[in-house]
Amino acid sequence: MATSVSEWRQSYAAVNHSLTLVATPGSTTYDPMNDRRAQAFWFWLFAGPAVAGFLLFSAGPMLHSLWLAFCNYDVVAPPQFIGLRNFAYLLFHDPAFWPSVQVTLVFTAVQVPLAVASALGVALLLNQPVKARGLWRAIFFLPSILPQAASVAVFVYIFQADGGLLNRLLALAGVTGPAWTTSPAWALPVIVLISLWGFGYPMVVFLGGLQNVPRELYEAAHIDGADAWGRFRHVTLPLISPVLFFNVVMGVIGALKVFDLAYAFGAAQGLIPGGPARATLFYGLNLYQQAFTYFHMGLASAMAWLLFAVIVAITWLNFRLSRRWVHYGD
Amino acid sequence: MEHLRTRRLDWTVTLVLALGALVMVLPLAWMILTSLKTFPEILRQPPALLPADAQWGNYRTVWEGFAYYRFFLNSAFVALMVIAGTVLTCCPAAYAFAFYDVRHRELIFGLLLSSLMLPAQVTVIPLFKAFAALGWVNTYLPLVLPAWFGGNIFGIFLLRQFFRTLPRSLIEAARIDGASEWKILWTLVVPMSLPAVLTVVLFTFLWSWNDLFNPLVYLHSESAYTLPVGLLHFIARAEQLTGGSAGQVPWHLVMALATVMVLPVVLLFVAAQKRFVEGVAATGVKG
Repeated sequence: MATSVSEWRQSYAAVNHSLTLVATPGSTTYDPMNDRRAQAFWFWLFAGPAVAGFLLFSAGPMLHSLWLAFCNYDVVAPPQFIGLRNFAYLLFHDPAFWPSVQVTLVFTAVQVPLAVASALGVALLLNQPVKARGLWRAIFFLPSILPQAASVAVFVYIFQADGGLLNRLLALAGVTGPAWTTSPAWALPVIVLISLWGFGYPMVVFLGGLQNVPRELYEAAHIDGADAWGRFRHVTLPLISPVLFFNVVMGVIGALKVFDLAYAFGAAQGLIPGGPARATLFYGLNLYQQAFTYFHMGLASAMAWLLFAVIVAITWLNFRLSRRWVHYGD
Repeated sequence: MEHLRTRRLDWTVTLVLALGALVMVLPLAWMILTSLKTFPEILRQPPALLPADAQWGNYRTVWEGFAYYRFFLNSAFVALMVIAGTVLTCCPAAYAFAFYDVRHRELIFGLLLSSLMLPAQVTVIPLFKAFAALGWVNTYLPLVLPAWFGGNIFGIFLLRQFFRTLPRSLIEAARIDGASEWKILWTLVVPMSLPAVLTVVLFTFLWSWNDLFNPLVYLHSESAYTLPVGLLHFIARAEQLTGGSAGQVPWHLVMALATVMVLPVVLLFVAAQKRFVEGVAATGVKG
């Protein structure tokens, strides 16, 4: 944040100057905020809304959701305790549960490595002394902040079986392209591709990490005769391992929670999201449909808690594993 | 020799970047080009790359003809209310967590931060239940209200980090001057932290403007839709709306809608690229 600090220094200098004019010498020891009660008063006045919001919109609903996971609840009638039956149904009888787990896991296993690798690759290129670096960075980053409903609509149009750009170009070459968006084999790969379009976010995180690697280390490695791969393997990689770790964890958690992408993919074709043949029924989408299409709110709460447990477990496991390979400096 | 080799490397890097950039830009270019075509033009094979005559009227058609301005205004209203609530509650909270020595402060802050790990899927059902009981479904309250209770925890985190870099002596001097805490926050701390505040505002905007999940859950009548829901709804009903034959979605109009939805984000990004990039980089540095 180099420039913001310098901007801040300027305003700081200005304010500091005006304050020294006003503050009279001799009165410097008086500080009304030394009073602990006054501090507590202002603390709760300022932080109170956020703490109340945490209780009302996060902690409270979280506990309530845990209770609903053991209930039969359809919005109309009050929740009715049924023990573990939601979980038993999900694991052993629900025809949609395991397919949605599979779709999500396949997506995660393919998308996260591809996204992290391309993000790191482009970040390494942008870390070279290239011309117009800001422009390149902007072009690669922009798609990641666009509304997913819009970008999915654009991609669905390009991949349309009949009117889509891709199949029309293929037709010019004499090839009949498949119905990408409506074939069970191709729909998920297309979704992976759409999400890869947003790899700019982890790329910028990588760039931040790369810029913190001291130049002298590269020069030293160069003098020691390390080639480009050696410099990457022994200088860059250890030093950006915290950022790599962050991107992998965030990528996995984001992939497990996918909703907008999957919903928009179906809706942008005028179809019920999740198709064809559950090929794009992501876990988050399945959960949404259980809750808000079929009003199986108890069942959906059980699904939400299974997801939450997996996210907590992955985060914990990653932090354990990270001690072995993440290099935190000092 | 060395010099020549670096120059050749420069060219290779630039070429790879250019090819990658082309892939990134292509979908957006196709979106804009399609939005300027006529219906017969988008059905033509081989595809017409450029519109013969740019149909700016498509934008008028979707804006007025299909009352898309309504969705735009809904989205803008929700985003503004969310931003206002975020700034008004996250700045004081960040100030409190940065500067007051209160018992269990770090514990409370840690609890707030831990809610970042909580998937929306866990909280949405009880929240829907509560908002439905209050009769607030189909209003904007479920989308806006959490923001007025410091709902942007990441924003509080980012602001606190920035506030902490300000010298305490400055705040103490203002107190000696007799300035109230409220006044110190808004006339001293916030103006000195404008880059951080702006970053929070921009990310709050993105989060609200792009959100599909919450509007889908809470907004059920067409007149209340925000842009993402409105766009998907338009595609689903496009055949009826335009009287086209079965399977013929008027993609030129859909792409015009998508362009209208994407445009504010692109403009903000162009105007404040540095803030976006710094905001993203800040998330990684703390990882």
